[in-house]
Amino acid sequence: MLCEECRQRQATVHMTKIINNMRSEIHLCEQCASNHEEFASITPFSMNDLIASFMDMGAGHQPFVRSATVKCPACGMDYAKFKKTGMLGCRECYRHFSNELLPVLRKIQSRTEHSGKVPKRSGSSLLLKKQINELRQELKIAVETEAFERAAEIRDRLKALEASYREQGRDIK
Amino acid sequence: MSWIEEKGPDRDVVLSSRIRLARNIAGYPFPTMMKDSDAREILDVVKRCFSVSTPFSGRRYSVTHIKDLPMVDRQVLVEKHLASIDLMQHSDVAALIMDDRQRVTIMVNEEDHIRMQCILPGFQLDKAWEMLDRVDDTIEAEVEYSFDDRLGYLTTCPTNVGTGLRASVMMHLPALTVSKQIGAVLQTISKIGLTARGLYGEGSEALGNIYQISNQITLGPSEQDIINNLTVACQRIFEKERMAQQAMLKVSGKQFEDVLWRALGTLTHARVMEIKEFMALMSQLRLGVGLSIIPGLTAENVNELMILGQSGVLNKRAGRELDDADLNVYRAETIRNRLNEILQA
Ligand SMILES: [Zn+2]
Ligand SMILES: [Zn+2]
Repeated sequence: MLCEECRQRQATVHMTKIINNMRSEIHLCEQCASNHEEFASITPFSMNDLIASFMDMGAGHQPFVRSATVKCPACGMDYAKFKKTGMLGCRECYRHFSNELLPVLRKIQSRTEHSGKVPKRSGSSLLLKKQINELRQELKIAVETEAFERAAEIRDRLKALEASYREQGRDIK
Repeated sequence: MSWIEEKGPDRDVVLSSRIRLARNIAGYPFPTMMKDSDAREILDVVKRCFSVSTPFSGRRYSVTHIKDLPMVDRQVLVEKHLASIDLMQHSDVAALIMDDRQRVTIMVNEEDHIRMQCILPGFQLDKAWEMLDRVDDTIEAEVEYSFDDRLGYLTTCPTNVGTGLRASVMMHLPALTVSKQIGAVLQTISKIGLTARGLYGEGSEALGNIYQISNQITLGPSEQDIINNLTVACQRIFEKERMAQQAMLKVSGKQFEDVLWRALGTLTHARVMEIKEFMALMSQLRLGVGLSIIPGLTAENVNELMILGQSGVLNKRAGRELDDADLNVYRAETIRNRLNEILQA
């Protein structure tokens, strides 16, 4: 999202404003926000939508080379529009623009790998991996608390899970 | 009964806890690139999950097409934090599904196909997550989400990718604001992956001293990690706010009490009231109630009054769009009457 005032930089300061009884949302970049007295007590805001400001930096701060006309083959979203709005058009966009996206994700997110909830129906290998990690954690606790019978049980289940994970042709870290 | 009237933990400083999840349905472009026919299909699919014939967690859900909703009702939903301004801006194709206690709302065809939220009174992020997790499971049983093994739930904006989870706590921090410690607090939270929003008006102070703190990072940590991180940070802030309140009470004593009582005096007697003055007075009233200086009122009463004084709610009550002058008179009258009613009960 672009700053509503200068239309140059990414908006990182957001507020709900109520003037003359009308409620609206305002989105400004940090520079423009610092000119507003009403933001003084609340800035510096953390960065929320940093997409565009990082886009040009790319990996290793190399100047950006992709032509603005490159489009996602699935939905037709073009790179210029993505850069301007910070929004993607479809799931294929994530693959198509991945060279530009990954450095951005590294900056705005903590890691580039999801470790949370997994939909049960799409699960398979990922769900297995998650279960393996959880069991390893349980095993550690069982060993630490000297619950050896329980530890043996967990170890057996782990072995079975790891075997089926390998059957799917994946490495276990 | 919604978060506004129900009791919640830590209600001396917290108004509400909210969890939002962003989800998209596989096989369709995101709302940025979808056709109107896609939007209609998506709405049908989501509606089916909440149809009367399949009872959903035992609650009744209603479906509202935003385009059928008068402007004033849209404003009321936003003022009650039950729907986003963004949803109203996608009004052609957007819809809102809401349970009868107004705890769970599902926004369809907003920035993502599905934005579901659970909002509860006071500080109870864990419970809100528990409820929303179940809603998510139930929808997932009917539809296939756009999900990537590495990046998690795929969202229109990469700032939401991964868990798609945004947890936020709306809190009242008058003492930290007045004592100018709020800047440092907000600076600190931005260093641990959190972000703050103020509810602002014209001028230099936060409108009603109300802030919303939420997680900024959605990819990497698990849902529970995100919620735990926010919970710990919020608890620190509450502690600081309570300490600052006690310090003010100790240092300024009677003068401090005087300010709070005068707020009650103005609210029960004023004839004209702008939103900015109203929110400032409500902040003082909330503080007086929280510190047990002003008897006969509860935090829930204050929440109710705060929502009652919002412009959309007043227009809805009046049954017509009031101009600013009339609105300010009507606000003073409505608040005065309701407040006296509560105090006499
Ligand atoms: Zn700007
Ligand atoms: Zn695409």
